[in-house]
Amino acid sequence: MMETAFTPFASFGGGLAIGLGAVLLMLGLGRVLGATGIMSGLVFAENRSEFGWRAAMVVGMILAPGLIFAVTGTMPEVNVPVSPAMIVIGGVIVGLGASLGSGCTSGHGVCGLSRLSVRSLVAVPTFMATAAITVFLIRHVFGG
Amino acid sequence: MKLLFALVTGLVFGVGIAVSGMMDPAKVLNFFDIAGTWDPSLAFVMGGALLVTFFGYRLVWRREAPLFEGRFQVPTSGVIDRKLIGGSALFGIGWGIAGFCPGAAIPALGTGRWEVALFLVAVAGGFVLRRLFSPVRPTLASA
Repeated sequence: MMETAFTPFASFGGGLAIGLGAVLLMLGLGRVLGATGIMSGLVFAENRSEFGWRAAMVVGMILAPGLIFAVTGTMPEVNVPVSPAMIVIGGVIVGLGASLGSGCTSGHGVCGLSRLSVRSLVAVPTFMATAAITVFLIRHVFGG
Repeated sequence: MKLLFALVTGLVFGVGIAVSGMMDPAKVLNFFDIAGTWDPSLAFVMGGALLVTFFGYRLVWRREAPLFEGRFQVPTSGVIDRKLIGGSALFGIGWGIAGFCPGAAIPALGTGRWEVALFLVAVAGGFVLRRLFSPVRPTLASA
């Protein structure tokens, strides 16, 4: 376990930009910004009319750390305190769960709550709770 | 123009993810570790994002249609079923194990870290696994 600095201003500012991205997508294309839907659409390449904008969005997202590096001279921090095996297990469960539940932190969390979607109002407390329970069990019960 | 707009939108979102700390699994896991090394920063991410999106959506919806499409396409389903609850519960468990979620990992790919690529490949594997369980309606939209 490592301590991380409390960053209310950067986090709030970043949150504003995340929201701006969601609003821009609604303004331009009339879609909710759900990372799961976007990624899944690209993985299965099944909906041609949706493929282009999804690919363009993903390219923009991937360019973001490079832009930050170009402006500030430092890459955004990515500290991974878990093993490769846990990344793989967690990733598979994330993919399975977000796909079954039709959304993740961006789709249900940011966009769904903003739309006051009933489904998202159920989904978000559910995944926040299971994430907190999982972290508690791994760190304090099994002593990972 | 539409694709350029989508690219810039992705860039804005990605910069937000990076600045907010969402692409740092140490920070994400600490947000959930209330009993340990708790870091409440990510509550501010959600606060900022919801503030802009809640009011921004309502401003945008005053328009007849979006800029590059004929109509708004937002999910309309209000069905609360086992798939929604079970899927969301699973998603949280995976998020708590790995510390990445898809919206944070995609921009994080730009840092060049192999752990991020590994996570995203595993997520894609999870998508495939889900299709083996039950067929997906082609129109399924992410909420």
